[in-house]
Amino acid sequence: MTPDDVLKGLYDETMIGNAPAVLELTNQGLEIGMTPETILFDALIPSLEEVGARFERGDYFVPEMLIAGRAMSGALDVLRPLLVAKGVESIGTFLMGTVKGDVHDIGKNLVNIMLEGAGFQVIDIGVQVPPEKFIAAIEEHNPDIVGMSAFLTTTMPMFKANINAIEKAGLRDKVIIMVGGAPVTQEYADVCGADAYAADAATAVRRAKELIAAKRAG
Amino acid sequence: MHTIVSSATKTVTIGADQPFCIIGERINPTGRKIFQEQLRAGDLSALEKDVNDQVAMGATMLDVNMGAPMIDEAEMLGKAVTMIQELTDLPLCIDSSVVEALEAGLDAYKGKALVNSITAEDERMELILPLVKKYGAAIIALPNDEFEIPEEPERRLELTRYIVEQATGKYGIPIEDIVIDPLAMPIGADSQMVVRTLKTIELIRDEFGLNMTLGASNVSFGMPDRHTLNAVFLPMAMKAGLTSAIMDSRTASNVSAVRAADLMMGNDEWGANWIARHRAKEAK
Repeated sequence: MTPDDVLKGLYDETMIGNAPAVLELTNQGLEIGMTPETILFDALIPSLEEVGARFERGDYFVPEMLIAGRAMSGALDVLRPLLVAKGVESIGTFLMGTVKGDVHDIGKNLVNIMLEGAGFQVIDIGVQVPPEKFIAAIEEHNPDIVGMSAFLTTTMPMFKANINAIEKAGLRDKVIIMVGGAPVTQEYADVCGADAYAADAATAVRRAKELIAAKRAG
Repeated sequence: MHTIVSSATKTVTIGADQPFCIIGERINPTGRKIFQEQLRAGDLSALEKDVNDQVAMGATMLDVNMGAPMIDEAEMLGKAVTMIQELTDLPLCIDSSVVEALEAGLDAYKGKALVNSITAEDERMELILPLVKKYGAAIIALPNDEFEIPEEPERRLELTRYIVEQATGKYGIPIEDIVIDPLAMPIGADSQMVVRTLKTIELIRDEFGLNMTLGASNVSFGMPDRHTLNAVFLPMAMKAGLTSAIMDSRTASNVSAVRAADLMMGNDEWGANWIARHRAKEAK
């Protein structure tokens, strides 16, 4: 098998969510001397980007996105230690939680899977996350982006409360803040002082990458 | 077990031996950008079409939800309830996570409403059940607590037990006025989601015989051809013991699936409702 065969195989098998094949191809690629960066950036990430694009167009559906993300994350389990050992940085660190008062996590988990698939290091601090826990996690993990999820109109105001607390802790300039969830709108995201809103997992990944690129470009 | 709700002039009985109670889901601003803008401007004119469409397609009740960002939910829910009662005699399901909004809706309502909803959280019960008692309403309860939305049917049953115990014991709500929402989740996120919901419905039916309702459209979220999925899910849930659903009542295939299941389950004597629906369609 040539490196090109491996790359094409990884791209195609990730797209259809064939986790065993993706894992095997990843190992094969490493055996024939391919670098983890090549495998990640030339096959896996482009494949997941295409999955996201198809989802945004309505050509791909939630389960397809999920299994593609899972296939990818199986490969990442192999690649991550190698990348870390070589000092290759992840695309970014994404801290994610469902706000206090809210226990809904299906949407949040979907976004997490797609973010990991896109190469982000995702730190999920769960549901019912109060402001002080967001702050402690920001201090501990130093994320590029903080994502907050809310599923109820009654818990959405926690975005603002969290953002105020983050500001008060002097951390607001250090992080990009993204919000989402069924009742959330762009207008609401603007009013509560978030940096971005995304309506679905694929858009969240795209926006997260754009925002990080813009931040790093200064 | 019968849960009886009513408007000023019309009574609806929810029960396993009754035609399925179709609660129209349309009056809800979530995901409706134009409607949200109208509500922010205090404009409720969209309600007329929403009500008429759902009534025409055969809804048994209507859900009323005014929850959206930057809307005075209490004010709008009170106004919407008042307005809808002038447009239809169908009983209403007053739907909000804001306690003040529920109170405004109940205050504006003439009849016995269904209130959506409480959970197994003590705090929610403490705030809402006294209102339900005061207005003599029925209540939808979700078996989740402040820690999680449990996946396992047995855990949902346990939380249902807790809700029933608290609502009847501490707050004096008659057991027949408790309607459990066994939690419908998107099948696209996990292929076992619906199996768990169906199992939950069976467990609750077998232990309590309570009436149950759920947000049926949740099941098809993120999937293609949602109408078919919804229309297949509903009869399966009915067979398991579901007696009502907050659902898309503007899609004929959905309503037809429910009414066909009524007939098959022996809740449409001599097929009179089914035949009447057929005649009404023919006459159009």
